Amino acid sequence: MSRFSWRHPWLKPFAQISLPLAAFVFVYVAALVALLVQGLWTTDSFTGKIVHSWNLDNFRALGDTPYPTIIGRTVGIAAAVTATCMAIAFPYAYFLVRVASRRLRLALLVATLLPLWVSYLVRVYSWRLILNQDGALNWTLERLGLPDVGIAFTNWAMWLVFTYIWLPFMVLPVYAALERIPYSYLEASADLGGRGLTTLRRVILPLAIPGLAAGSIFTFSLTLGDFIAPTLVGGPGSQLIGNAVYDNIGLANNAPFAAALAAVPLGIMAVYLAVMKRLGAFEAL
Amino acid sequence: MRKRMRAWHLGAAAVVVALAVPAAGVSKTSAVPTSIGPGEGRLTLVAWEGYTQPQWVKPFEQKTGCKVSAKYAGSSNDMFNLMTSGGGGQYDMVSASGDASLRLIYAGAVAETNMSLIPSYKDFYSAFKSPPNNTVGGKHYGVSIQFGPNVLMYNTKAFPKKPTSWAAIYDPKNKGKITIPDNPIQIADAALYLSKTRPSLGIRDPYELTKTQFDAVVNLLKQQRPLVKKYWALASDQIDLFKNGGSTIGASWPYQVNTLEAAKVPVASVIPKEGVTGWLDTWMLSSKAKHPNCAYRWMQWITTPKVQAQQAIYFGETPVNRKACAWMDRLSKGSCAQYSANAPESFYRSIKFWKTPVADCGNGKKDCMDLRAWTNAWTQVKG
Repeated sequence: MSRFSWRHPWLKPFAQISLPLAAFVFVYVAALVALLVQGLWTTDSFTGKIVHSWNLDNFRALGDTPYPTIIGRTVGIAAAVTATCMAIAFPYAYFLVRVASRRLRLALLVATLLPLWVSYLVRVYSWRLILNQDGALNWTLERLGLPDVGIAFTNWAMWLVFTYIWLPFMVLPVYAALERIPYSYLEASADLGGRGLTTLRRVILPLAIPGLAAGSIFTFSLTLGDFIAPTLVGGPGSQLIGNAVYDNIGLANNAPFAAALAAVPLGIMAVYLAVMKRLGAFEAL
Repeated sequence: MRKRMRAWHLGAAAVVVALAVPAAGVSKTSAVPTSIGPGEGRLTLVAWEGYTQPQWVKPFEQKTGCKVSAKYAGSSNDMFNLMTSGGGGQYDMVSASGDASLRLIYAGAVAETNMSLIPSYKDFYSAFKSPPNNTVGGKHYGVSIQFGPNVLMYNTKAFPKKPTSWAAIYDPKNKGKITIPDNPIQIADAALYLSKTRPSLGIRDPYELTKTQFDAVVNLLKQQRPLVKKYWALASDQIDLFKNGGSTIGASWPYQVNTLEAAKVPVASVIPKEGVTGWLDTWMLSSKAKHPNCAYRWMQWITTPKVQAQQAIYFGETPVNRKACAWMDRLSKGSCAQYSANAPESFYRSIKFWKTPVADCGNGKKDCMDLRAWTNAWTQVKG
């Protein structure tokens, strides 16, 4: 046996990883393939039975109203959430790494992670309490003598809630990336005459890009797939791809079309990753 | 060892076959039973949450020896899938709502039932004896149990003058204050409104819409969209919005009205002059039920006045048995009138109960819009 494996050196590592590999192939890949294959079938609209005739009707139907709007809205919200998370996470993580004392850093990191230990639903519902007509936000505005805002059940509410619940997924990778920048780099930059902003632009930001990229993959893809927040805090005209998928499976019993819809985020993510790669975001990984 | 195992398998298979054959005999021949045999000791149900509460399930089990196990379904489509997946037969009965019952009947998933075996049937309000969502061609597929109207709820402070028409939820004056259920079957509410306000469309049944009629209805709903505060998926969403003033008028159920009244929120509900839609649930018997005798005993039990009253009060709906009214008042004073369990027959007749929209809607042309078209349109309406 040992001589056999000596003659075939690839065999041993292969045997060692074969189990996890099989799990990966069957659980992840097979499920995705089954999804895509189902998208090529149709259902009988009355009995709900799947008709196994191959066609592209479901993918063509993605071009009919209102799906382009829904897909566009989903990508738009995901991009807005990602950009906002970046804008908040970068200075915050920088503060944690360079400014905060060790004690404060620990406290703030725990505070960042704290929401992740609370149920998703609790976090979303707590935002409903804040944004409601007579909620905390309007109460505060009233005290300040400002006019109240009615952003409960709008796309603004959705943007706020998504930004809040996915923020930790951006902060952590950015924090990790910034922490890896040796202080000597900053000193070197200063020695060479780089001022604060120049150092930020030419030293810190380029080195933080892998962290921002990793974070954006989380925030972008998590928003693309979510359907709970739009149901709970969205208003009319807040459907995302996830909601359309849910309606087609849960109400219309049209799993093939839902599968075609579910393939859309897959395609969007593929494009997104390709663009990020082109921009060199993964070179440091 | 191997041999004995095989023998054991054979024995088990024989038992399975022996169990399955009489059950299949009931349905396959479509011979409706004329008497109820001894109970099988078990009953498996697919139910709405709240439909199999211990207060009426426990006494049933003690009385009949049929041990009940229930699976809660999350949606009508869920129910349909549970009753048909794997060829059906996993569950004996389902508490189907009107938007699923016709689908179940046409898919052959549920069996004809003999109403003469259900003593309380004679006490049903006549509107629920052969309603079109569970009776096809004079054949009954299951027994009606409970129903509720979809009413117009409003805040009495915001509307000192009682609204009398559904026009209120299409009125730009109420922009941003309207709440509408997030369900494609809601299209029927708009169709009902148009059937009265635009007679030229010729809508006779809000669930049987031709393409032209359907387009007009969807158009109305699209115009309504900018006025809507929230398409609510959960009753609690609407309750919250009425509590905090986010919404002051909307399409609702008696359950929300009663919950809000109990919370001292100034609300009231009205049956608008155009009429209302409503839901009607039916306990249907699987065509492959393994425990049909227990199933018939369940249908007998669940329609008795006291159980009808218990369920109505627990769930916030209206029983179909006219004798349940007295029990409702005994269990909770005033609940009979609160849930319109003693209304005149004409009221029940006027409710357009949910039924599955199908292409073949009886006009001979099979050109009505089906459930798929309804769901697609609803996705479009929500935008």
